[in-house]
Amino acid sequence: MDAILLQILNGLDKGSAYALIALGLTLIFGTLGVVNFAHGALFMLGAFCAVSLQKLVAVSKITIDPSQVDFLGNPLKVKTPYVIEWFGPKIGNAIIDWNVPLAIIIAIPVMLLIGYVMERGLIKHFYKRPHADQILVTFGLAIVIQELVKANFGANPIPTPAPDQFVGSFNVGALIGLDASYPYWRLIYFAFSALIISSVFAFLRFTTFGMVVRAGMADRETVGLLGINIDRRFTIMFGIAAAVAGLAGVMYTPINSPNYHMGMDFLVLSFVVVVVGGMGSLPGAVSAGFLLGILESFASMNEVKGFFEMLYLPSIDQIIIYLVAIIVLLTRPRGLMGKAGVMEE
Amino acid sequence: MSKFTRRGLIKTSATVGAGLAMPTFITSPLAAYTNAPTGGSVTLGFNVPQSGPYADEGADELRAYKLAVEHLNGGGDGGMMNTFSSKSLTGNGILGKKVEYVTGDTQTKSDAARASAKSMIEKDGAVMITGGSSSGVAIAVQGLCQEAGVIFMAGLTHSNDTTGKDKKANGFRHFFNGYMSGAALAPVLEARYGKDRNAYHLTADYTWGWTQQESIQAATEAKGWNTVNNVLTPLATTDFSSYVAPVLNSGADVLVLNHYGGNMINSLTSAVQFGLRDKMVNGKNFEIVVPLYSRLMARGAGENVKGIFGSTNWHWSLSDEGSKAFVKSFGTKYGFPPSQAAHTTYVQTLLYADACERSGTFNPCGVSEALEGFKFDGMGNGPTEYRAEDHQCFKDVLVVKGKENPTSEFDVLEVVEITPRSQVEYAVDHPMFAGGALGKCNPGA
Repeated sequence: MDAILLQILNGLDKGSAYALIALGLTLIFGTLGVVNFAHGALFMLGAFCAVSLQKLVAVSKITIDPSQVDFLGNPLKVKTPYVIEWFGPKIGNAIIDWNVPLAIIIAIPVMLLIGYVMERGLIKHFYKRPHADQILVTFGLAIVIQELVKANFGANPIPTPAPDQFVGSFNVGALIGLDASYPYWRLIYFAFSALIISSVFAFLRFTTFGMVVRAGMADRETVGLLGINIDRRFTIMFGIAAAVAGLAGVMYTPINSPNYHMGMDFLVLSFVVVVVGGMGSLPGAVSAGFLLGILESFASMNEVKGFFEMLYLPSIDQIIIYLVAIIVLLTRPRGLMGKAGVMEE
Repeated sequence: MSKFTRRGLIKTSATVGAGLAMPTFITSPLAAYTNAPTGGSVTLGFNVPQSGPYADEGADELRAYKLAVEHLNGGGDGGMMNTFSSKSLTGNGILGKKVEYVTGDTQTKSDAARASAKSMIEKDGAVMITGGSSSGVAIAVQGLCQEAGVIFMAGLTHSNDTTGKDKKANGFRHFFNGYMSGAALAPVLEARYGKDRNAYHLTADYTWGWTQQESIQAATEAKGWNTVNNVLTPLATTDFSSYVAPVLNSGADVLVLNHYGGNMINSLTSAVQFGLRDKMVNGKNFEIVVPLYSRLMARGAGENVKGIFGSTNWHWSLSDEGSKAFVKSFGTKYGFPPSQAAHTTYVQTLLYADACERSGTFNPCGVSEALEGFKFDGMGNGPTEYRAEDHQCFKDVLVVKGKENPTSEFDVLEVVEITPRSQVEYAVDHPMFAGGALGKCNPGA
């Protein structure tokens, strides 16, 4: 039982990341009709907002301490971060410690801007081109962004720890009489994702802006004829989708140290999530995200793997998502919640 | 309409003629081996991962290669050339020819690595290929070099198979291997954690992971440990939570992470997040072991490595003259100490150059003969021997531990024990290395 509870939590956690990325993908596809293969790169850029802030607050004043020596035997250069110099050790260390939550504040405007520039600067020119062209250009863009990040930050993962208060794990199982400890930050990640997902839904449902966007998704031309500048709103939606991916990335950094390749790792799976959920369906993307996350976690249990190995299906955890995708597409070609007419013209 | 002119015809024929003449020039009977240097320079091919999970190791390897070339050509302070027991290298290139180099990106993928090595041999005329972080890559490139008739000086590759079942006459490995790690670590683990332990292994699913796991399992079981489970994880895994969660209720009290580079950073981080290090199982503290450590990855894993045992080929804090000379010239040039990957590649380059000097030729068969059974010292690992039968270097192995109180960002590992060569040595036909044959050296051409 403990193991099952742990894998459910693990699945919800993986699912959170899939759902957040798939949500953004679906928003962009639903509004602009673009298949954005650079979306994983936006997730990664979000994570590197946290890394950049970490580097920024670590910028230090260098003083030479002749009483100590470095590895070459030269006098040691002692580094004192400027934030400690300016605000004193208490506040300075707190800023350094709370770097990841603070990065959220920075990531929102940065990602909105990146999304805006990306849409206006490049993707706009590909609206009338075939989907294949859109995929090629966004995929190319993703590679360029990845290489830029690698050139600046190196290829190895960069540790970006959570604040000290959230290091360690919490015995979730104790609440229901079991023994299953789960890391604090992963629980926070799940709660944070739930918050972001519901905010996006509430924004689309209850604001005028959201209503216009939904109307535009249903019939862009008519909304345009009513004198509404729907293109501008769609551009803003692109920015919001970028920000959602970015926030998912920022919060993910303490779970797995970010590296330049992390976006690609999530991108492919997120596309499967979108397809399983149904192209263009926001609830579909979110529920498929969680569903596939949980299935993937269960498939990696040793008992489940052993069972499938007996059926001559080794490494089921590696293929489960694709297997489910095939089954769903065979039985429901539009995905779980897909609507007629999307990508079928 | 055809635009066939006399001038065009001459141009085309000249180009085609030059093209046809090329292979004859390269394979002319004068050169009895592939890419025999004819001018005043000799070209070496540095094939390292410049992208993929081991790219940072690759970058450090490349720095070391450039430093080695500088020293061979008489630049810099000479580094380990001054402490090397063989005195054939004089800073006048190799056999009087200036050393030049070309680089390739292995991308940590076997096919990409073979393609870049092939291009360096065929297009750039490299007479020796060296490099590789990842045993899958090293084995693939070693096979290619054997066929092409050039020497392969392996970089960071730790699989038993590189000098075991996949050994080749043209390939040489200075780095240690999985068996040596197991043999060096097991006694230390027994001393610290006792005989009665249950180990759970997570293992990278490729040649290095398999042989590393097999080695450490055999070595710890010989000390009385029990192996609860071994789970293979794909090299591309980044989130190890679903592999770590089952460890919690498995009854194991030790987790062995047969992971390297980015894999190890992520799996260790997950294990620590899940509170494994704070757990008590079977009345004992839960422990984590990382059989192959590198400073670069220890640094990447941050706080999480403190107190964790592993093994390494070399560490910059060693105080022998060779290590000191290398750290000094590398540190002065780049501003930070070299990694074990940098050390082994630097040493390999000097060993190759020295073998050319001693044999008086770049011919792979001559070089190979000079390296086989070669005993040397002053290169940072104490007395070392290139065993003739399998082209594996035998030397002491370092058992290290994540440092509890680092004094700088480079000071993340401390050397716990220097395990003597005799304790990690094995017979050529040891079951973990059996199968495959060294074969005969291939000069190509």
